[in-house]
Amino acid sequence: MFLEFNEVGKNFADEQHGSFEVFSDINLSIEENQFVSILGPSGCGKSTLLSMVAGLEDVTQGDIQLEGNEINSPGPDRGMVFQEPSLFPWLNVKENVMFPIKKKMSKAEAEKRADHFLQMVHLSRFKNHYTYELSGGMQQRVAIARALAMDPKVLLMDEPFGALDEQTRHILHDELMKIWQETRKTILFVTHSIQEAIKLSDRVVVMGTRPGRVIADFDIDLPRPRKRDNPEVIKLEKTVMDLLEVEINKVLKEELNHEDRA
Amino acid sequence: MKIALKRLLFIVVVIGIWQGIYLAQLYPDYIVPSPFTVGETLFSGFVDGELLKALGASFKHLIIGLTLSILTGTLLGVLLGKSRQADETAGMYLIALQSIPSIVWVPLAILLFGFGELAVIFVVVIGGTFVMALNVRSAIHNVPPQLKRAARTMDTKGFELFYRIEVPASIPYFMQGVRLAWAFSWRALMAGEFLSNGPGLGYSLSFAQDYARMDQVIGIIIIIGVIGAVVDQLVFSKLEKNVMKRWGLLNK
Ligand SMILES: Nc1ncnc2c1ncn2[C@@H]1O[C@H](COP(=O)(O)OP(=O)(O)OP(=O)(O)O)[C@@H](O)[C@H]1O
Ligand SMILES: [Mg+2]
Repeated sequence: MFLEFNEVGKNFADEQHGSFEVFSDINLSIEENQFVSILGPSGCGKSTLLSMVAGLEDVTQGDIQLEGNEINSPGPDRGMVFQEPSLFPWLNVKENVMFPIKKKMSKAEAEKRADHFLQMVHLSRFKNHYTYELSGGMQQRVAIARALAMDPKVLLMDEPFGALDEQTRHILHDELMKIWQETRKTILFVTHSIQEAIKLSDRVVVMGTRPGRVIADFDIDLPRPRKRDNPEVIKLEKTVMDLLEVEINKVLKEELNHEDRA
Repeated sequence: MKIALKRLLFIVVVIGIWQGIYLAQLYPDYIVPSPFTVGETLFSGFVDGELLKALGASFKHLIIGLTLSILTGTLLGVLLGKSRQADETAGMYLIALQSIPSIVWVPLAILLFGFGELAVIFVVVIGGTFVMALNVRSAIHNVPPQLKRAARTMDTKGFELFYRIEVPASIPYFMQGVRLAWAFSWRALMAGEFLSNGPGLGYSLSFAQDYARMDQVIGIIIIIGVIGAVVDQLVFSKLEKNVMKRWGLLNK
């Protein structure tokens, strides 16, 4: 299997309780070229899981394997797009995209590659701009181009469109679909939005919380582009919504109880 | 344009009041000279080259001292910023040293180096180094962790992470440090020169004091103030603002 999670668990050292378990027993097998979304209530560990695949957080139980090799540090075979702005403000757009490849090839080659990916995200016109001159949506597109420039096998995206308005988000969805079909990357996509997950993915993994775990795993075989009023889409949305509602209510109840006691 | 006008008007009024006090002859001339006498003194000082020589000497001390203090301050700051050991051991003393007014170092410098230019430069270096070190230290501590995480996913680590991310990300605080180092060095320079055997603006000031030349004293104070404001506004504030803008730290 291309990307494998075997009994993966994560503990953070906690000063008060010794150790805090985010999730445990995550088992997933992801195929090459698959577009997989991970949905789940806030705090269930989606970002943590993605960071573990990126190699930024260590795996405390089990292991994650990419093409049979255990992941234990960051590597150029995995690119990541973060929810927080992560462009380097001292570099312009093009220099940002060239950042990961500058040391790996000649300048001319790196420039050609940067131009190619900037064209893919429709930002060629802005290649000499600095980050403070870009909108949030443009910044995320640069971040996508930057991650792609490295030519990773897996593209990890942590709520990349979470901070954008509805309209921009729809445009970027279409753009991302095109990029995915063109580059055939394997994409692991974390989101809060059920619609977004169902619109984009081959497969939706739903996580629950307290304790964090996988509670459902849907294959989505509908033809693309998927319209929101497609009855099958609506049915799926409803199913996932019901599942998530239980989890979210669990969190809310716990927090409210806690408040009452405090 | 309107602001410039307001400022001009203000200075005209101040000089007017000053001239009024002078004309009222409330105080003897050697305590309150006329603003025009001060102007003449300044003018002839520039014409006969005395003031220019003093100014040149002061700038020489400043440039040498400030350069050295930026270099040593940066080295110290990077060391404390990168090494937790060093920071825990010496960080607190840096703050203590920074809080010592620079004039306190003058006797020490004079005992070490005599009344010459070396003592002055020493005081200038001490004046700027600690504030520079403190700023570089916080620059390193304040590199956004998110940028380091992003760089790590792009195969950047170790020394490469330092010079491709931490160094450029530190530049805004670094610039702030340079501006503060200049301000502290400039004050230290005057204190050092005042007690030295010259040459320099501070020395000219103490010379004017010895001969009870109030017109020269006021003239030199004006020069010192003007230079301070001009260098800060035209050089350091501008540089800092440009950097902050580019780094996205300025509210548009
Ligand atoms: N470095 C850390 N140290 C300790 N606890 C952490 C750390 N990082 C995350 N956690 C905890 O792990 C849990 C999962 O966090 P994570 O950010 O992965 O959640 P998430 O599912 O991405 O949430 P959201 O949807 O709000 O982004 C949270 O309870 C969080 O407090
Ligand atoms: Mg998250």
